[in-house]
Amino acid sequence: MSTVQIVEHDRERPPAIRAVPVRRPGRWIATGLAVAVVAVIVYSVVTNPAFQWDVVGRYFTAEAVLNGLVNTLWLTAVALVGGFLLGTLLAVMRLSGSPVLAMISRLYVWFFRSTPLMVQLLFWYNISLLYPRLFGFDTRNLISGLMAAVIGLVLYEAAQAAEIVRAGILSVDPGQREAANALGLSRTRVIWRIVLPQAMRAIVPPMGNQTIGLLKGTAIVSTIAVHDLLFAVQLIYNQNYQIVPLLLVATLWYMILTTLLGIPQYYLERHYAKGTDGEMPPTPAQRLRRRFAGGAR
Amino acid sequence: MTAGVSVRDVHKSFGPVPVLNGVDLDVTPGSVTCLIGPSGSGKSTLLRCVNHLEKIDAGEILVDGELVGYRQVGDRLYELSAKAIARQRASIGMVFQNFNLFPHMTVLENIVEAPVHALRMSRVQAVAAARARLAQVGLAERESAYPRQLSGGQQQRVAIARALAMRPKVMLFDEPTSALDPELVGEVLVVMRDLARDGMTMIVVTHEMGFAREVADQVAFMYDGAIIEAGPPAEVLNHPRHPRTAEFMMKVL
Repeated sequence: MSTVQIVEHDRERPPAIRAVPVRRPGRWIATGLAVAVVAVIVYSVVTNPAFQWDVVGRYFTAEAVLNGLVNTLWLTAVALVGGFLLGTLLAVMRLSGSPVLAMISRLYVWFFRSTPLMVQLLFWYNISLLYPRLFGFDTRNLISGLMAAVIGLVLYEAAQAAEIVRAGILSVDPGQREAANALGLSRTRVIWRIVLPQAMRAIVPPMGNQTIGLLKGTAIVSTIAVHDLLFAVQLIYNQNYQIVPLLLVATLWYMILTTLLGIPQYYLERHYAKGTDGEMPPTPAQRLRRRFAGGAR
Repeated sequence: MTAGVSVRDVHKSFGPVPVLNGVDLDVTPGSVTCLIGPSGSGKSTLLRCVNHLEKIDAGEILVDGELVGYRQVGDRLYELSAKAIARQRASIGMVFQNFNLFPHMTVLENIVEAPVHALRMSRVQAVAAARARLAQVGLAERESAYPRQLSGGQQQRVAIARALAMRPKVMLFDEPTSALDPELVGEVLVVMRDLARDGMTMIVVTHEMGFAREVADQVAFMYDGAIIEAGPPAEVLNHPRHPRTAEFMMKVL
């Protein structure tokens, strides 16, 4: 006895709901407290003369500080690039068909992750005690403090990067590799053109995090007398005893650098997000251009 | 241009689990074979063996009279190098259930990639050929879209165009419409039907009985790792001889 009904939607839309919002007194109290705490801290930082902001200003762009800054920057860059390349190699070894290569890669990562960076740096710094001569040269001439820092940072970073890259490669759908193989693409082409570009989406965010950690971590090389940013300010305050203002100089520079590091990461993430869901938000540059184009109209 | 496929007494197991237990199948050049059967019967595995995505344990597979994955000298078998296998695969097109388009490349880049880098075709030539293939599957105007901006049916048609751009001698289809919404199945089947009419050798793993009945020259029913009945669609689908086939047809029709 059932009959088919055609449903027509010609009714008028009911009025939109207009209700009194719930009161949230707890939220207001918490907000007030938080603002008060922040205000007290800011007030003390600005008014406490012991911070000596004028001294900070004087040394902020001092030549010794800037030289240390440059050293910190290129140490970070070398460790990042070298570590990423070696780490990628280690990840590929780990995922290769050869159980021996995979085991070597695992041992490497295990070894370099299970000891503190500080201890590793001291080891490289004192390597001449183990091997007095290397390749026919006096090891002490070959491995300076700076060289020990470079070697130590690259090898340590590689172990971290290897795990990040491996996770990235594993995050790529195995069907991608199959489809590429089925098309007759060569193994290297499959890795470089199909798998790695997709893996980069999962690699860039933790690698950015890792880079910020690395930049700050380079401060540790000051313990083996490498002239980095921290070492530079230490040299100065050892002479003039202005410890706090000079530490503030280093602190501000580290903050500026880590903030700036977020910019290339943002663009890298956009680059590797090609073809993923939805429209990408405009970059700041695009937003500016659009605003001016709009204003001109 | 097109070639035949013969599968002789092929065995394959995944660890201790046997998946193919002596499969025999002959596909004549220019014909369409539909592989049907319950899930887990080894249809997809058999298809993946034909282009050596899976290694077989015993027996042999020939495409265009050439042994797949190995080279025979006297009565000794030599495993082919990765390069030689890639060359063999270049002439065997494959279409997957989940399309497997490269999401970071546009439709055109997806199609051009293999002709340029596996066949060493010039880019200009490859782009022209890719556009022709896109027109063939009815997607000429979507060449600069990314795969995720397309519907499932459109993605699968691009995947077919990508495989065709390699000028394959044989096309393998692994449940090409199983991941599609029902209303999108038809547009993919139309493309496949045209391809069959143009004389492409095709092996199609499918649950689309209508397609098998209409397009296939041969329907092979797989059960428990073997082909237990094969013949013209009217025979196998309408008058199955083997009780297992009859039982399966009862369930799907």
